[in-house]
Amino acid sequence: MKFLNFFLFILIVFSFNLLKADEIKIQNKITKNLRCLICQGQSVYDSDSEFAISLKLVVKNKINEGFTEDQIYKFLTKKYGEWILYDPLFNKNTYFLWILPLLIFLFGGVIILKKLINIKK
Amino acid sequence: MRNRIFYFLIVIFFIFIFVIFYKGLNNSSLYTPSKGIKNIPKFTSKTLIKKKSLNSKDIFNKNKFYLLNIWASWCVPCRDEHSLLIDLSKSKRIEIIGLNYKDNSNNAERFINELGNPYSIILLDRKGTKAIEWGAFGVPETFLIYENKIIKRYIGPLNSKLVDEIKNYIK
Repeated sequence: MKFLNFFLFILIVFSFNLLKADEIKIQNKITKNLRCLICQGQSVYDSDSEFAISLKLVVKNKINEGFTEDQIYKFLTKKYGEWILYDPLFNKNTYFLWILPLLIFLFGGVIILKKLINIKK
Repeated sequence: MRNRIFYFLIVIFFIFIFVIFYKGLNNSSLYTPSKGIKNIPKFTSKTLIKKKSLNSKDIFNKNKFYLLNIWASWCVPCRDEHSLLIDLSKSKRIEIIGLNYKDNSNNAERFINELGNPYSIILLDRKGTKAIEWGAFGVPETFLIYENKIIKRYIGPLNSKLVDEIKNYIK
């Protein structure tokens, strides 16, 4: 009996851990996409500066308040500008940025195709 | 003919890239958000001396200029700018609000007792989350506020030149 109680106790503790793990996962995902603005070349997740520590806490609080990932990004870009995001949002300022690689890829494909057709001829 | 167009395009391309990088040389490597927040955030915070809870609505409600200064007793540049803040607090047209950032209350009180108190209210931000609401980077940082709008922000310590600028605003 004692063993069974102990076993149940362990099981409950572990299931709580799983619940918490989900939260931490999303928190890590968000903080990895945030630039630590006062450090050089580090994400908020990697940094231990005062700024990054506070920002991690803010992200954690927002998750607890029920904010979604996008809402948190929106909140932070309102405060710090888009520079804080490593992954820039898709809007009229970044159309070019997002579409350019695709255009270059297509352009390259056209050149290769043309060459191939020429060789066949 | 085709070759010539090709070379011409390559030259144009390199000139284009050169111009972009050359322009970039003059940019400051220090990032400051150009658009930042314009309206002051809503928050509630405890005060250092009276230990009561205050809402942002009750703080910035008069028709005058406010200066929000983020400081900490452990921050060395804050010590340097403190005398300038005390000088500025003598003006009746401006009210200086302090936001004590990630500090220990005892140390903060000792700092104020030692160097004087330019602040009409000192708000507490133990965990640094309120500073994030303001879009701040760290200490020291100063915001000039009028009619609930941020008109100017100063990242880093104030110097006499910047204080003259603030005095010009509140004339």
